Amino acid sequence: MSRIRLAGATRAAIVIGALALFPFLVGQQWVQIGVLTLMYAGLATAWNLVGGYAGYVSLGHVAFFGVGAYAVAVAFTRWFSIGGGYRPFYVLPLIGIGVALVSVPIGWIAFRTRAATFAIVTLTLLFVVQQLAFNLHSLTQGSLGILLPQPSFPNSEYEQPFYYAMLGLLVLGLLVSRWVATSKLGLTLFAIRDDEDRARGLGERVTLAKLMAFALSTGLAGMIGAVWAYHLGQIYPQFAVDPLITIGMVLMVYLGGKGSLWGPVLGALILVPAQQELAYDYGSSELYLIAYAGVFLAVMLVMPRGILPSLTEQWRRRSARSRPTRPSQRAEEPATS
Amino acid sequence: MSALLEASALRKRFGGVVAVDDCTFSVASGTVTGLIGPNGSGKTTVFNLVTGYVGADGGAVTFDGVHIRRPSPALLARRGLIRTFQQARIFPQLTLVENLVLALPQPWWGFGRASVGREERLRAEHLLDEFGLLAHADVAAGELSYGQQKLLEFAATLMSRPKLVLLDEPTAGVNPVVVERITSHVRRLNEQGLTFLVVEHDMNVVMSLCDPVIVLDGGATIAEGKPHEVQRDPAVLDAYLGE
Repeated sequence: MSRIRLAGATRAAIVIGALALFPFLVGQQWVQIGVLTLMYAGLATAWNLVGGYAGYVSLGHVAFFGVGAYAVAVAFTRWFSIGGGYRPFYVLPLIGIGVALVSVPIGWIAFRTRAATFAIVTLTLLFVVQQLAFNLHSLTQGSLGILLPQPSFPNSEYEQPFYYAMLGLLVLGLLVSRWVATSKLGLTLFAIRDDEDRARGLGERVTLAKLMAFALSTGLAGMIGAVWAYHLGQIYPQFAVDPLITIGMVLMVYLGGKGSLWGPVLGALILVPAQQELAYDYGSSELYLIAYAGVFLAVMLVMPRGILPSLTEQWRRRSARSRPTRPSQRAEEPATS
Repeated sequence: MSALLEASALRKRFGGVVAVDDCTFSVASGTVTGLIGPNGSGKTTVFNLVTGYVGADGGAVTFDGVHIRRPSPALLARRGLIRTFQQARIFPQLTLVENLVLALPQPWWGFGRASVGREERLRAEHLLDEFGLLAHADVAAGELSYGQQKLLEFAATLMSRPKLVLLDEPTAGVNPVVVERITSHVRRLNEQGLTFLVVEHDMNVVMSLCDPVIVLDGGATIAEGKPHEVQRDPAVLDAYLGE
């Protein structure tokens, strides 16, 4: 048991260490792609708490991303100054908690539905928030968008603070995911994914479990949205609450492996740079959507459970096939001696 | 013997169909009570009403001396009433141990605890051993055979030490060896003081296992008594064989 835990911690340290070193090795344009990659890795990890663990496919997560984005944009254009440029990062926990609290009553209603209906209800939420952003002029300036103050970070390292903020949120997301997966909360969520009615019949508090997962997930998405808005420097309703961001995070989770800890990160590490590459090479920013479809098809055909679970399963089968000789020998030893 | 579960004047209609109509019965503490009736007589609906899976149109349920105003599966489970389903229902992607541990309801503040505690694991392994499933303790439950899944579902109901277990066709679709094992478990647990309410189609099982037997037809109780008495009751014969 502890050896497994040690191996997991080592793997995490290597991956996070490599991601932390990355900005030192490459130029600013790559760090910028890194910011976007980590953003999606964090979003996918957050989405996985609900979509992967509990099996509730939410298409509305970007609504909370957008709420977080507008929270930071409104707060730092109207009420506060960004100071040295780091202040927006310091209020992230508040934004996370705020978004999580807002999501609870919404989740309470949405979770009365299941499966496809839940997906549609949450998708509706996305458009509700987008319409609010368009129409609450006094707060969001509607389609004019909000221009955020620009921090005075040095040009040569301008991307770094955003990169590390996103990395920090990803690590937070991974820690939360890992904690959930090894706790009673996670066990209840997995049971909900398998058979919610039976879990309820056994006396489990399924509604509470779903709401807790939802709040954790949306809180993370809100904080990531806040960093995104600050990084971009200007936000508009159609980009802050963009269905494509929702599709992106869902797709990355399915590609990497739904319900696994590292699957969503892997999915983002593959898809985001690939998407940027396509955008640069072919000039069209929408072309990646066709590639998305291609990737999705390939995953469904070759590894329907996603990359990580499929590989783990193969590895487990292979080691199980090669093993039988040794344990049986060991079992016979006491008898012969 | 006091009544552990009392249902009085239960009523439920689905559209124009009256599934359960003025159904009254009680399950005495310490018995294995059988609930039988021809197909469509409302047995499973009665189960669903009593356990709160389906809301009743009328009637009252009293469990363990407490009047349950609006039965809900989770609430009743926490009070000590657990059911199984006609089709074995387990959590296929979770291991056998996890399946059992899930049957121990947690208070809300317990969500942060380790998913499978040491003592919980010991208790789960003890139960798996009793049901001959210990060798598969850490296998995903979906990999078990159907008969084994039935046994696992049964074992899971015992995890939380309930007072009353509702078995919905415990022997449906399993081979005679597993039927024998399930019935012997029911007998053994009943001797230890656990009360059962069993819906069953296999009359041999009912006659050998249940006492008393309640007969439903058209959503109402038409007979109640010892198995051999019920078997000769003209109303029961009429319900099963028709006029």
